[in-house]
Amino acid sequence: MGELLRQTWTIARKDLLLEFRSRTAIVSAVVFTALVLTVFNFGRDPTAVSALDLAPSILWVTFTFAAMLGLNRAFQLELENQALEGLLISPLDRRSLYWGKLLANLAFVAVVEAVGLPLFVLFFNVPVGRVLLPLLAVMALATLGFVAVGTLFSAMVVRTRFAELMLPVLLLPFLLLPLTYAVQATARLLADRPLSEVAGWLRLLAAYDIVFFAVASWLFPYTVDE
Amino acid sequence: MTMAQKGRWLVVTGLVLLGGVYVRALAFTPVERFQGPAQKIFYVHVPAAVTTELAVILLGLAGVFYLFLKDPRLDRFAESSAEVGTVFASIVLTTGPIWGKPIWGTWWTWDARLTSTLFLFFLLVGYQVLRGAVPDGSLRARYSAVLGICAVVLVGFIHLSVYLFPTLHPQPIVLKPSKPSLPGEMLLTLLLSFGVFLLLYVGFVMQRYAIATRRAESFHG
Repeated sequence: MGELLRQTWTIARKDLLLEFRSRTAIVSAVVFTALVLTVFNFGRDPTAVSALDLAPSILWVTFTFAAMLGLNRAFQLELENQALEGLLISPLDRRSLYWGKLLANLAFVAVVEAVGLPLFVLFFNVPVGRVLLPLLAVMALATLGFVAVGTLFSAMVVRTRFAELMLPVLLLPFLLLPLTYAVQATARLLADRPLSEVAGWLRLLAAYDIVFFAVASWLFPYTVDE
Repeated sequence: MTMAQKGRWLVVTGLVLLGGVYVRALAFTPVERFQGPAQKIFYVHVPAAVTTELAVILLGLAGVFYLFLKDPRLDRFAESSAEVGTVFASIVLTTGPIWGKPIWGTWWTWDARLTSTLFLFFLLVGYQVLRGAVPDGSLRARYSAVLGICAVVLVGFIHLSVYLFPTLHPQPIVLKPSKPSLPGEMLLTLLLSFGVFLLLYVGFVMQRYAIATRRAESFHG
């Protein structure tokens, strides 16, 4: 297990280092998030719909799209110079490859969300201070669900035609469910409902994460092996 | 007789029997007290929905077995089941609104049950889009198996979630913990219709499977 985790860290570190040195993907994803939030502002009539009513949807639709953008990148960068083959012939457990990619993707999406949340608060004047901790828990659980499935699928779509379009087509039906849970939980949090009303949605999110993390860890080797 | 011919006969028999089920449903089964004649669509809608779910579950099972056995026949079956499942899902999504308009006053609502059928439809379509985008046969089979298994897991989750949301949709009346709560004649018509849809599913899958086999043969020469 220690060896697996060490390999996982090596992969994640490699991806993060690559990203940190170029910063192309992360900067584009952050700008994209800010733009989507801006589009949402002009996509509603502020006199008819109050920002608070729309806030959970805005937040989660933005995060879903931002996550998808990051996920496309994960295996795309391994296509250059057949880097993926290099990874596969190295003495690396396939599960570590998945976990490493998952970890790097999580970090990527977390950075995007860390910028997106304050922007969201600023643009839509939604007070989140009182519910910040539970909101972060919802964000963490939903993001883990998104990324667990997304990392598995992004490994498959890189070797298909129209990879950029294929990922959303395959992934969105899987994201709708955690998205629904997250929107329900966020709506209750922002409406100052008691935490007990949110706990059920958090449990569902956690169950989704555990199940799909386990399924994806099992299935991932089949998507990369020759 | 080849498999395609057997499948064709099963489908023809199924369609004739479906006509029979409808004669029984319209002429010999009582009219529902509140919904009137609109309720007759129930005998297509419910069996089609159950068959769609069956198609997806078999698709996932075929995927699991494929990953262990690497038998291309399982992949061909999964491909056929997905395509036939899409047809049945389309039947559910067409008959639902036709019933919904007179009874609910709207073609569509974002009710959990309706949404979950739409999910199934999207999953099945996505599955076929993926198949179309992978040129290599064994890679396609492996990817399809992975997606099929994920789809079944997701369907399980959707079923759990459906009960958490308030719903306009009628509750299950046959498959539930207590006894079926509909008159015997209606139940019998429904069960006959289930049988017919099962027959149609098998017939369609056999024909589709025969096409997949032909394609594989022509590909390998």
